[in-house]
Amino acid sequence: MMPASLNAYIFISVALFAIGLLGVLLRRNTLIVFMCLEMMLVASTLALVAFSRFNGTMDGNVFVFFILTVAAAEVAVGLAIIVALFRRRQTIQLDQLNTLKN
Amino acid sequence: MTIGQILFNLFALFTLVMAAGVVLNKNAVNAALCLLLCLVGVAGLFVGLNAYLLAFLLLLVYAGAIVALFLFIVMLLDTRGDARPTLNRLPLVARILATGLILGGVASFLQRGRLVSPDIAGTVGVGAALKPYAYQLFTTYLLPVQILGFLLLIAMLGVIVLSKKFVGMEDIK
Repeated sequence: MMPASLNAYIFISVALFAIGLLGVLLRRNTLIVFMCLEMMLVASTLALVAFSRFNGTMDGNVFVFFILTVAAAEVAVGLAIIVALFRRRQTIQLDQLNTLKN
Repeated sequence: MTIGQILFNLFALFTLVMAAGVVLNKNAVNAALCLLLCLVGVAGLFVGLNAYLLAFLLLLVYAGAIVALFLFIVMLLDTRGDARPTLNRLPLVARILATGLILGGVASFLQRGRLVSPDIAGTVGVGAALKPYAYQLFTTYLLPVQILGFLLLIAMLGVIVLSKKFVGMEDIK
């Protein structure tokens, strides 16, 4: 089975990262911002796996393990922070969380 | 066009459409389900790259654990929905700057973003078997694995502390 070129994989990775970044910048719901952050992490893993496959090395593949682990820890802590925030402020909309602004 | 390329195009399109669905959906539950499907697409791309273990792990960890966690939290919290993402809230200068940067980035990427692709037929797909992963994790990357274990422990403790109720603490409203 002959897969696509390296360029195509990197293009998909960059596009996924850009979509995630747009979501982080434009959305106001903290949960969706967090989902978009996860999407950016997955985009970076896609680039790592593609480079690893096309160069015949193992390091990129192993790094994906680490990224997965860090992402899992990050999600656990981040969601706990969001829940604590909601308990205290009764909202998770980013434009209403402006205590530090004034 | 070989079957590998057809599958690649299919999964790539699916992934990007679902990623756009995460950004554009008003409802947080729909966004989480779009994220799930986006991850399935990325796992398909991993299979195309001969990284079967990583595709499986991505589905297991991300789709199984993380998205489920997201859905639980959405259920737990009040989800009144969200406005669609828009640039209208920004000042005019920021809007023009953002649009210009995005267009410039896309243009330069389309014009100059070309990588020399190594010949994949002569390259061994080392990520297909399980043994290289175990070998690397237990030799070269032994210290990072230990550190990650510690990180997971700290994250677990942190979540327990964060989700405790602190009685008698001043409210910072």
